[in-house]
Amino acid sequence: MGNSVGLMDRFRKILGLRKTQGILLAVLSLLVILLPLVANNYIEEVATNTLFYIVLALGLNIVVGYAGLVDLGYAAFFAVGAYTTGIFMKFGLNFWLTIPIAILFSVIAGIIIGGPTLRLRSDYLAIVTLGFGEITRITARNLKITGGASGLVGIQRPSIFGHILNQITDFYYLFLVLVVLAIIIAIRLHNSRLGRAWQYIREDEDAAEAMGIDPVKTKLYAYMIGASFGGIAGAFFAVKMTAISPETFAFTQSALILLAVILGGMGKIPGAILGAAFLVLFPEIFRGIGQMRMLLFGILLVIIMIFRPQGLWPERKG
Amino acid sequence: MSILEVKKLTLRFGGLTAVSNLSFELEENTIMSLIGPNGAGKTSAFNCLTGFYKGSEGEILFKGQSIFRQKPYRITKLGMARTFQNLRLFKDMTVLENVMSGMHSRTSAGIFGAILRPPSQLREEKKIKQVSKECLDFVGILDKESRLARNLAYGDQRRVEWARALATQPQLLLLDEPAAGLNQDEKDQLVSLIRRIRKDLGITVLLIEHDMGLVMKVSEKIVVIDYGQKIAEGTAEEVKNNPRVIEAYLGKEDEE
Repeated sequence: MGNSVGLMDRFRKILGLRKTQGILLAVLSLLVILLPLVANNYIEEVATNTLFYIVLALGLNIVVGYAGLVDLGYAAFFAVGAYTTGIFMKFGLNFWLTIPIAILFSVIAGIIIGGPTLRLRSDYLAIVTLGFGEITRITARNLKITGGASGLVGIQRPSIFGHILNQITDFYYLFLVLVVLAIIIAIRLHNSRLGRAWQYIREDEDAAEAMGIDPVKTKLYAYMIGASFGGIAGAFFAVKMTAISPETFAFTQSALILLAVILGGMGKIPGAILGAAFLVLFPEIFRGIGQMRMLLFGILLVIIMIFRPQGLWPERKG
Repeated sequence: MSILEVKKLTLRFGGLTAVSNLSFELEENTIMSLIGPNGAGKTSAFNCLTGFYKGSEGEILFKGQSIFRQKPYRITKLGMARTFQNLRLFKDMTVLENVMSGMHSRTSAGIFGAILRPPSQLREEKKIKQVSKECLDFVGILDKESRLARNLAYGDQRRVEWARALATQPQLLLLDEPAAGLNQDEKDQLVSLIRRIRKDLGITVLLIEHDMGLVMKVSEKIVVIDYGQKIAEGTAEEVKNNPRVIEAYLGKEDEE
């Protein structure tokens, strides 16, 4: 027990939290871990969905928050990951072996879109990424291998140590593991030479270049990492849903993920988590008021952005 | 041996020639100034040297290697550092983080280093911090390392810029109007700092400066330009008494 307290303490210090915040985090972790024991299927489904969007928001946060690049087509990377896993599993490959391929393909997609466009100013970049997102969706709609408009169906469920993951609880824990990994990677990237380079470029690109930082290469790294987060999330999404169709990866999907990052506060890990949770949970909680809820949701978003343009999560430094 | 050779450098913006046929050499381990009246093309020339502007014609050799029309980050990597006329600090980062940016070109950790944190990456991070602190100590603001850059007094922000440039471990340091906005006391400290940079660190210094008192005091060689062209070159004494220089600064006598 003493050991685990020591571990919590270390973890708290890594995250730079005060004691009360550390306790709060521990309680929250415990609640998240124990949730499936008390929750019904519906709640679990919503919670799993939340975790899934947290992974996507953390990935996009690297591109938008860390490197300060606009990306309106993030769903494309998520689509590449999902389709790669779906297609390779149709050919009989084991799910776990498709993950590295999904990462590879989404990183390649990141390079294809990022390589030529990262020299552009941010408003042009927004348009190009928007177009790229649509191209990916329309390509998926028209290719035979991606199943056309109806998409891929009957993707098999993965198994781990002989146990087939087919319950919602299985996926809840699977996505929880992904979220934890994503958080650790995001924190480590933030506190690294590369993470600082992104911040230098975001603050003053000329000064950063004068310090010997290659801006195009550094931004491309952000795209590649963001893309691989999307690719991994997509791969897991494919086996959870067992069916994927092009319309899942429409522009609204990209916009939703971007909204999560901006709403939470760009560049802030707890912000991305909070933003994603808010976006998934809000429409679910207010399901009772029917169609009105999207209107309410929109109004609330506008109000938040007017009064807290820097996002929900408070700034680190004063 | 000359560390920097500028040969017939010309820079045109459309019809305007900002720098015209400019040639000069900079000996290793000297302190040289590039001066001239307002709008003479000093900063344009400077930006060609550091890669921020792409020269139209000519050649620039740094340590015998061509850096003409090269990208700024490559030039920095080769060992030429610069400061900016208007401070260009990373304002929302700490003083130490600002200076750590200078070490970027001397280190190599990438994506996997950041995520997996092998011992080599931890050693590198330690070294980045150590060198950056040494640079802060050298310019005399180590005690302010954890302050945000935006919260420092102007004079101290200047020092952060110098420390940041020094952290790139250059052989040639280009200072763009380093005395702008400093008081007399700070200017005196700047003179001794420039001398220490050359003497203790063995770094060649090229500065652009408006403050003639400072230029005359610190430079061993002065190149004067006007209308983008070199009009004089020599020691402080020689330049001071050159009629063309006097003319450029004060105007011709018969014009009055």
